[in-house]
This record gives sequence, structure tokens and C-alpha cells, in this order.
Amino acid sequence: MKSILMGAAALALMAGAVHAESPTASKRIALSNNYAGNSWRQAMLKTYEETAQAAVADGVVAAADAFTTSENQTTEQAAQIQNMILQGYDAILLNAASPTALNGAVKEACDAGVKVISFDSIVTEPCAWRIAVDFVEMGRQEVEYVASRLPEGGNLLEIRGLAGVSTDDAISKGIHEAIDTKYPQFKIVGSVHGDWAQDVAQKAVAGILPSLPDVVGVVTQGGDGYGAAEAFAAAGRPTPLIVMGNRQDELKWWAEQRDANGYETMSLSIAPGVASLAFWVGQQILAGEDVPKDLTVPFLTITQADLDEALKTTPEGSVSNVSYTLEDAQAVIAGAK
Amino acid sequence: MQARYRILLPVISLVVLLGMTFWMQPRAMSYFGLNLLFNLAVPIALATIAQMMVIMVNDIDLSLGAFVSLVACVTATWLNDTPLFGALILLGLIASYALMGAVIHMLELPAIVVTLGMSFVWGGLALFLLPTPGGASPEWIRSLMTLKPPMVPLAVLAAVIVAALTHMLVIRSKIGTVLRGLGGNARSIARAGWNVTALKATAYGLSGLFGVLSGMALVGLTTSADANIALRYTLLSIAGVILGGGEFTGGKVSPVGAVIGALTLTLAASFLSFLRLSPDWQIGAQGAILILVLTARLLFSRKGAAT
Repeated sequence: MKSILMGAAALALMAGAVHAESPTASKRIALSNNYAGNSWRQAMLKTYEETAQAAVADGVVAAADAFTTSENQTTEQAAQIQNMILQGYDAILLNAASPTALNGAVKEACDAGVKVISFDSIVTEPCAWRIAVDFVEMGRQEVEYVASRLPEGGNLLEIRGLAGVSTDDAISKGIHEAIDTKYPQFKIVGSVHGDWAQDVAQKAVAGILPSLPDVVGVVTQGGDGYGAAEAFAAAGRPTPLIVMGNRQDELKWWAEQRDANGYETMSLSIAPGVASLAFWVGQQILAGEDVPKDLTVPFLTITQADLDEALKTTPEGSVSNVSYTLEDAQAVIAGAK
Repeated sequence: MQARYRILLPVISLVVLLGMTFWMQPRAMSYFGLNLLFNLAVPIALATIAQMMVIMVNDIDLSLGAFVSLVACVTATWLNDTPLFGALILLGLIASYALMGAVIHMLELPAIVVTLGMSFVWGGLALFLLPTPGGASPEWIRSLMTLKPPMVPLAVLAAVIVAALTHMLVIRSKIGTVLRGLGGNARSIARAGWNVTALKATAYGLSGLFGVLSGMALVGLTTSADANIALRYTLLSIAGVILGGGEFTGGKVSPVGAVIGALTLTLAASFLSFLRLSPDWQIGAQGAILILVLTARLLFSRKGAAT
């Protein structure tokens, strides 16, 4: 046992020597991901893989492996994190199954000297870094855009996400705050849960439409704009201003409408490429940079002008994506200081 | 030969798997490494013992995972904020488990149906208590679960203590012998003058007790809870009992084996992750390990029956 410890110490010393030459060339990063069952997560894993492979090939880091738990269970992911500590990774990027239930494992990692960077679904353990999305701001920006297009105001329909999930609460909160405080000319006349899925949103909107007065705009959460548009068309009502959520089917519908009748809107969501941002933030932390514990990811916004470009780069059935670079990460870090 | 050698196969499986893990990941071969490998096995081992208590009387408990989740939620909220009230609730949960056992026997209901139904009750209560993940572990449980005893890591020490205590309770004590007899031949136990309803309630009550311990240990490790935190435990605990040499009928169970079974299952998952196996294959590979061990057992027991 003693000899192993000595060996580890010697290894650490050697790693230290390499460290002096290139900051993170000997470092190993692991991605702990809790779920891979939808298009967003698939896109996330793909972006991470591309970023990681390029970084390893360039000698930026020694390894950047991705692990996904098979059952999206916190106990399973906690075990996965513990295994990563054992495997000697220097940093763990974490998309967490629970904001709190992994704190024990995260603390163990921190105590073992492993840097933990949580992103997207973040953890509350203070020793970890958090790359969070300001979903409240996302809701606010939607209302701001709608107000800029329709300054005279009117009735809005709100499509919410999956009930009980914090993301849904946050976006909705931003929408309501913006209307209550800045844009009293708007009134939310109906609110349905579309579960971030086009078919669910379409059914829900079709169900509430007959009871609604004229609707001038629809504020959404992503993955529901196309379903809403279909429901309005099926009911024979004029298509209102629908804010989109970067899904390929939404962009395609938007482009078709634009070509047919000059339809104009905007689209915003969080890009799955946030995993590549987490990678670079982790690399910066390992390089010894002073990185604040709380960082905010920018949204990916698509406007009328870059619709064609976005549609071209978004694979069918997927979601618009962007791969973040080292410079992006440095900008985010600088912005948080 | 069966009873004596039943424990042999689980021990061999664990040793082989441990050897392969050490070979793959030498870093694991240390105080720190062993603790990391096995500390999440402690609540699983306790849940496996809980399941074993029910399997011992020929029933099966499909609500255990949800029950442990509920206990975790109670521990992270009420037991932390108002310890006395929290403790009462946990005692109440144990009592309701005993009641469930009594009802299953008196109304001659199939345990598999009742426990499946109850799993939704436990799950609902847990969601009611903690609609979003949160809560905090009571300080004393956290410090207990992060103890660093000299020489032997806590996870290993805890497994040995649990195995020893339950061995005394189930194999050596009078009540344990009667309970195993209930699984073996309920009618003769009844003829001998025992109150079978009370016995079933005792078995389920013990199961509830270990379920509560499992949930508390889990929160001590994770520091907080959510309503789905232990749903995997239902299947893991059944697999642990069987892997540890227990059988679904006849009251043939082995507490030491069950603890070893739980350790083996935990280790198997880590081993597969060290192998860098794609997650799509991991569940399948875990199943394959299970089938492998069961096949080996069948071969052994056939041989045993022949001689």
C-alpha cells in the first residue's frame, strides 16, 4: 500500500514537471452525463465529442472522455462520479440528474482535489462551478421582442414546458415579470403545458383555442412553436406572432411562412454546445485561471436575418447548435468577474 | 451440502470481480479507493437485507425502492428540521410496513400486487414531501456516514457489521429460525401454535426497519434527497438477495450472502464503467453477470443434489 502511495506521489511530481511546460497537457477531463434520450442531449454529446477529440489531438488535454449513466438515476450518477475520482480524472464536467442529491459525491470529488464543473442541470454544492442558463432572462427577452414588434399590445397565449421542472418555472416567471413590470399593454389570456414537444403543444393549444379571444402573440419555451402554429392553422385562425425555440421543424415552418407571406419572428433557446463551453471552462480552471464559481451561458438567438444559415446547419429533427471555443469561454469568465 | 456451501459462490464472485477491478484500476486498492467503491453499497446492502426479510417468508416486495426514497425524503426534511417528529414518522413507516404484512396474510392477497400498489403510495407521499429535489442530511447522519475509522474503510466495516448482526438475527436467533420456518412450511408453523399473522407482520416490520436504515444511510451519503432517489433499489435488492445465495421460496436466505450480493452488484457497475463500456450495453452486461452467477449456482446445486 505504501509503495502505491509513493508511486502516486512520484506520478504527481512528474505531472507537476509537465505542468510547467504546457498548462493542461497532462490533465484528464471526464464528462458525467445523466441522460441521452432526446435530440438536445444527443446534440450535446456530439458537440462535446468533437470539441474533446480536437483538444486531445492538439495536445490541450491528455483525455476528455464522456460517460452517460444508463438509467438517469442520482445514485447511479453518484457512483459514476466516485468511479471518476478513482480513475484519476483532474476535472469532471457534470450535467446532473439532481441539483442536490449528488452533492455528497461532488464534495468527495472536491476533497480529492478534482475540479467539478456543473452545467445545464447544475448542482448546489458550493465547491463546484456552475454554468447556468438564465432562463428568467429568456422569458423576459421573449416579451421584449414581442413588445418591439407589437407596441400597441394585445392578448398573448403562453405555452409552458414540463410541469414541476425548474426550467419551466423560470421561463414562465420571466415572461410574467416582464409583462407585469414593463409591458402592461399585454395580457396573458391562456396558458397551457406543451411539455417542450410539438405534438403535446398542438393538442393543448387546439384544446384551449375555442375559448380564447383574438390572440396576437404566443410566448413559448422551445419545442412547442411548430405545434402551436399547426393548431392555429387547423382552427382556421390567423397565425399570431409565435416565438420559436430553435428546433429544426420550427425553423423550417418559419422559413416556409416567410417565403409565402413574409412572416417574421425570432427564435431562442440554449444551445447543446454548452457542453463544449463547460469543457473550455474546465480547461481554464485546470490551467490555474481564476474562474468565478457562477457563470452564465448566453442563449443562442436566431433572427430573421440568420434564419437561412441556421436552417442549413441544423440537422433534421435536431436543434440549432453552436460549438463554443476557448475564446468564448474566456469571454464568459471575464464577463462574470 | 447446499446450506453450507451456499455462501461460497457469492464470495467467489465478489473476490473475482474485486481482483479484476484492482487489476483494471490499481488506484482502487487503497483505503480511499475501497471507500469510494463501496460507500454507496451500504444503503444497497441495507435495502437488500430489507428485501431478504420479505423473501424469507415467500413474498416479494416491489415497493422497496419507493419506500427507501420516501424515507430519504423524510430524513432530509422532517428528521432534519424537527428530529422528534421525524423519528415518529419513521417509526410510523415501519409500523405501516408491519401492517402491510399482516393485511397481506389475513386477506390472502398476493404480496406482489399489494407491494406494487403501495409503491405508488410511497412514491406519491415522497413527491408530496419533496416536489423538487432538496432537503439536507441531519448532521449526525452525515458525520456517521463520513467517519474515517482506522485501517478499515467505513463502507467495508459497515458491511461487515450489517452482515454479522443480521446473521445473528436471522440464522441464530429463535425468532429468525421461526420466520425462516414460515417460509419453509407455513402450515407446520401454524400447527405448532404460532400466530402466523404476527410472524408475517414481524418479517415485514423488520423489512421496514432495514428500509428506513437504508434511506437514512443514503441521505447521509448524498446529503439531500429527491423523490426518485432510490427507485433502482427494488430490482437491485432482489438481485442482491438471489446473487447472495437466497431463493424465492422455502425461506432459504443468507444474510451474509445478501450483503455480499449487494457489494458484488455495486462493484459490477463500477467495473463495467472502468471497462469504458457504452451505457447502452451496461444494463445488459449487468444482467449478463447476474445470469452467469445464477447459472454457476444451478450447476453447483445440480451437482449437490446428485451426490
